[in-house]
Amino acid sequence: MLKRLRENKSAQGTLLVSPTLAWMIVLLIIPLILTLIISFGTRDADGGVIYGFSFHNYIRLFGISSDCPDGQTTCFDPLYVNILGRSLSLAFWTTLIVISLAYPLAYFVARAHPKRRSTFLMLVLVPLWTNFVIRVYAWMMLLREQGVINGIIGWVAARFGLPFEPLQMLYTPGAVLVGMVYEFLPFMILPIFTSLEKIDNPLYEAAADLGANPFRTFLRVTLPLSMPGVVAGTILVFIPVMGTFIVSDILGGRQVILVGNLIQNQFLSARDPTFGSAASLILMIMTLIVTYFYTRKFGFGEEIVAV
Amino acid sequence: MNPYRRHPFIRVATFLVYGFLYAPIIVLVLYAFNASRTNILFEGFVPSFGPLQMDGSLVTQSPCGPFHWFCELAGNRQVGEAARNTLTIAFISTLTSTVIGTMAAIAIQRYNFKIKPFAQLSLYIPIVIPEIVMGIGILTLFSQLFGVINESLGLVGDARLSLGIGTVIVSHIAFSVPFVTLVVQARLSGFDKSFEEAAMDLGANERVTFWRVTLPTILPGVLSGGLLAFTLSLDDFVITFFTTGPGATTLPIYVYGLLRRIVTPEVNALSTVWIAIVLTAVILLQTLQSREAKPQ
Repeated sequence: MLKRLRENKSAQGTLLVSPTLAWMIVLLIIPLILTLIISFGTRDADGGVIYGFSFHNYIRLFGISSDCPDGQTTCFDPLYVNILGRSLSLAFWTTLIVISLAYPLAYFVARAHPKRRSTFLMLVLVPLWTNFVIRVYAWMMLLREQGVINGIIGWVAARFGLPFEPLQMLYTPGAVLVGMVYEFLPFMILPIFTSLEKIDNPLYEAAADLGANPFRTFLRVTLPLSMPGVVAGTILVFIPVMGTFIVSDILGGRQVILVGNLIQNQFLSARDPTFGSAASLILMIMTLIVTYFYTRKFGFGEEIVAV
Repeated sequence: MNPYRRHPFIRVATFLVYGFLYAPIIVLVLYAFNASRTNILFEGFVPSFGPLQMDGSLVTQSPCGPFHWFCELAGNRQVGEAARNTLTIAFISTLTSTVIGTMAAIAIQRYNFKIKPFAQLSLYIPIVIPEIVMGIGILTLFSQLFGVINESLGLVGDARLSLGIGTVIVSHIAFSVPFVTLVVQARLSGFDKSFEEAAMDLGANERVTFWRVTLPTILPGVLSGGLLAFTLSLDDFVITFFTTGPGATTLPIYVYGLLRRIVTPEVNALSTVWIAIVLTAVILLQTLQSREAKPQ
């Protein structure tokens, strides 16, 4: 039997991939199927699941409510639709801001002298490897009412004899946006840098020789060639922002509820895993649709592992 | 033309973005030396060494002087336990995911087999779905599975299966493997198959070819895949949050728990130690890489 295996390339391949595949099936595919099954069920009195086949969780999620004020049988309750919309728009703006901050830095590092490049990259890795939760905490210290930013503004105001009321920055949507941008910035810098670094210098020289000014060279040469990096970075930023709940939890207080908070809440405090599962699947479908259209247009490069 | 010429705008923007990346870290480290227990305003360093003395919420004297909170941290048992859990989880999951991920990468890059497209597709799932979806899926799986097992075997008390360090490790392997596989695959695809064929022509059998030709060539890829798996595991909050149980608290989970209550400068001291370790690791890595690159 061993001899037969030695000659059968196809069986060898299957054998080599099987531990990984088993892991993926048991811890990814089966959990996703379970989530789907449970989302059609109802919860019982102590948070357990009664299996069934009803779309009521999805109907509730999309705002059709049976708990109406003026005796109607159904009415529109925008609560959950708003949460979904807020998460999408936050992910969109975070990604946009992160691209505009990451691109100049990645460009700077990619065009730095090769000897200094690794030092500049190192400076990006340190905040990235500093724990996610610790980074949220740092922003809590900066943004709170008696925090560092208010302290600095207050000090400056006092120097000029101006009146100063501490700004309410923590527990606002802006705080969540800043926190998200900070958390995911390195995930955009590294892939963009990887694709920019691949561009050969002669290409820039050729563009200049052919009479393109620096701006035109950027638009027609640099930008198109760095698109794989931007795409990979967008996937690495957009998807986690859609599902993160710590940033909004700590920096948004109870003011900014995202899908991630909704799901976490259903599984821990509200104890309705069936509704949480439905929300989780809708979240997954939303990110898959965005990823599909985005990568179909721009491709899906190997820059995804640049981090 | 100087190839390293960059527009002044790019320079200024880069400088500002680096400032944005580091300002929070500097504040975090500075506050680790705060004399104030409430940690809201920076009240200066702990001024003197000696037996612990407090003035309200202000530490005026400590056996460790300005390093008061680092000493408190060193004596904190919960932190010690959380650190031990975090490292145990990271080591076991890194080792496993690196080995099986490398095997999968070799299979995908070098062999043709029926389930290959399916295997490749499944490896992209953790990258394209939010972590929370995976986290609650795994939580559901374990709670349903353990419920059935505990009931059918009639397990009671401590014998009951429950969430803990084992479930966390298994889940960490699941999200690391795809990254290891992709990194090793990238390395393998840039490596000419004819080297392996040459070794075989010169009489090496498959095992010798693997250990003497294939593995040494892909080793840098395997190591960076392993490193990636290790950092992913150390950094993970979401999946751990849903798959952990009593006695299996990791450092990120511990810190998160504190953030919802009162935060003393001890958390800053913990963050400072973490940052110092990361900084050392990154510098070490860079020196190793530059030494490796030099002979060329």
